[in-house]
Amino acid sequence: MGKRIAKEVSIAIAEAVKQCRVDVIAAYPITPQTHIVEHLSELVANGELDAEYITVESEHSAISACLGSVATGARTFTSTSSQGLALMHEILFIAPALRLPVVMVVANRALSAPISIWNDHGDIMAERDIGWIQTFAENGQEAVDLVYHAFRVAEDRRVMFPAIVNIDGFTLSHMIEPIELPDQEQVDRYLPPFRPRYKLDPRKPLTMGPVGIPEIYTEAKKAQDEAFKNAYRVILKAWDEFEEVFGRRYRPVETYRMEDAEVALLIMGSLAETAMTAVDRMREAGKKVGLVRLRLWRPFPLRDFVKAVKGLKVLAVIDRALSPGATGGPVGTEVRSALYQVPGRPRVVNFIAGLGGRDVTVEDFEEMADRAYVYMKKKPKEPYEMIGVKE
Amino acid sequence: MLKEWAKFKGFSAKNLPKEEPFAPGHRACQGCGEVLALRLALKALGMNVIAISATGCMEIISSPFPYTSWRVPWLHVAFENAAAVASGVEAALRALKRKGRFPRNRRVDVVAFAGDGGTADIGLQALSGALERGHDLVYICLDNEAYMNTGVQRSGCTPYGAMTTTSPPGKKSIGQMTWKKNVPAIAAAHGIPYVATATPAFFLDLMNKVKKAALVEGPAYVHIYSPCPTGWGTKGEDSITLAKLAVETRIFPLYEVIEGKYYITRKITKPKPVEEYLKRQRRFRHLTEEEIRKIQARVDAEYERLLRLAECL
Repeated sequence: MGKRIAKEVSIAIAEAVKQCRVDVIAAYPITPQTHIVEHLSELVANGELDAEYITVESEHSAISACLGSVATGARTFTSTSSQGLALMHEILFIAPALRLPVVMVVANRALSAPISIWNDHGDIMAERDIGWIQTFAENGQEAVDLVYHAFRVAEDRRVMFPAIVNIDGFTLSHMIEPIELPDQEQVDRYLPPFRPRYKLDPRKPLTMGPVGIPEIYTEAKKAQDEAFKNAYRVILKAWDEFEEVFGRRYRPVETYRMEDAEVALLIMGSLAETAMTAVDRMREAGKKVGLVRLRLWRPFPLRDFVKAVKGLKVLAVIDRALSPGATGGPVGTEVRSALYQVPGRPRVVNFIAGLGGRDVTVEDFEEMADRAYVYMKKKPKEPYEMIGVKE
Repeated sequence: MLKEWAKFKGFSAKNLPKEEPFAPGHRACQGCGEVLALRLALKALGMNVIAISATGCMEIISSPFPYTSWRVPWLHVAFENAAAVASGVEAALRALKRKGRFPRNRRVDVVAFAGDGGTADIGLQALSGALERGHDLVYICLDNEAYMNTGVQRSGCTPYGAMTTTSPPGKKSIGQMTWKKNVPAIAAAHGIPYVATATPAFFLDLMNKVKKAALVEGPAYVHIYSPCPTGWGTKGEDSITLAKLAVETRIFPLYEVIEGKYYITRKITKPKPVEEYLKRQRRFRHLTEEEIRKIQARVDAEYERLLRLAECL
């Protein structure tokens, strides 16, 4: 077992990618993803990581090169943020449809305008429907662990879908945290070499990326959707095996003090740690508040989620992204929809908070929980509210 | 002569490869000069190839699932990124060979195909990046001088005066108002080892250039003039004649740029007037004599420039 040492999360992620023995990296610099790819370049330059690092001229080319690389049978990694992710948008849909398991870390950052380098989930929420496996890390250790898991799941022959590990820009990517990097031997035990069934090889020619005429397009998409939903079981299994090898246990939905909760906060990403403090304080004040955190966002862990919120009266969903003029934030609408068919479902109230690097404090979470209590008795007037707006 | 070509004797009518990496039965229009160029290029390259196509005519006519014309491994991702996708394939092969997961001594040529829009316009950035990074790949632009797949819209490679659906001649326009973008010169400006122009009318020349491009270590760019009867308003049986005329009128000169040096591979000492080329095509039918004179003057000047490039070096 490796030693637990203080490391910047981005550096630890790069080290984890190295331990995954990637063959090809194609990336373009964008804040706050830079430290990850800078450290990977260093590892390649020093000969510590035997990989090709393609210094592409844009994120669009980064993801395009990644697709070419995976299609040829190489384990492939990239990382980006915000505008860079948006520039990849077109190609992101093609990766899962061609069943090309790239792994990408997204250091989440607000989208322009106004231009902001700071953290929220606006970038990744715009990519909700791309068909990639998507997880959100709460802390540095989890970020690293999710990278091993992402390769393991994505490249599994029953899965063959690309995967994104989301980490909050700056608030996670640039933090120095105690992180335990496992021994190489453990990683090798967990992550077998990448051996795709289909790849570009003149010894066995195949056509990849053909035209889908109307007679087959629907069937192709149906097949993709079924396979994606089936990936769920492999995702869970891979976390079980992760526990066996590394000793840490991960589930798609995390709960905190939910035993007898009547109000719960729901959040994704690193803010959950602040929210836990708020939950503790409110518990001390005698309020039955709990916390639900989605680690897995796609495929959506419907059953586990419904189980987690059972018995609640109000669920306060905190979105880190805005969907202007919609009936809620992206997570809020998703959760409402997930609960609609559930008898005795809790009331879902939706807060938009922490946009473009705005701090969300313990007090903010307490305020949201308090408002949730108010909404226990009366319906909210609006489908969502923004928190912390200066008047 | 580059050292990589030492063992290459050149193709002639007697030693043409038997293999056809691009199968017949595809859905291209009758008389398509582009698919002919594609077939010849692949014939020159052989079976040890990984091909990447940009979205465009050649991609849709060759791959309506479950049919395929590709007898070599083929990948299509999107429109503007053929060069970037090819970069990834090439890098992966290099990594896998080094790590012993692909036979080290097995030669595989990575080739990217794109049309003129996918090269000169939307794909120019990805192309520039790939050339600058020095990947060992061949990039082939199949230039039919407009966006034919979407219904004949103008591109940066559409010649001056040509009628397209987005450069229609009218009271205030003569059609395409700009001169053809010189993509081979842009490619050459990257300082890559090999750039060439070709047309299917001189098919051995085309095949030899493509093969030389593949043999070169590092990036190579081949720009192939590809007549399009549908988009140009020409007869299918005229495609080869037109491709020949384009060279003989000096509108599309054939040359190579080897490590920065220009070599004209087919010198045209007695050029035919451009009118002979223009008048056979509906896309130029509206041009006045004055416009034709203007085109002639431009073609003469461009050829002079090319001669100077070839001579002074």
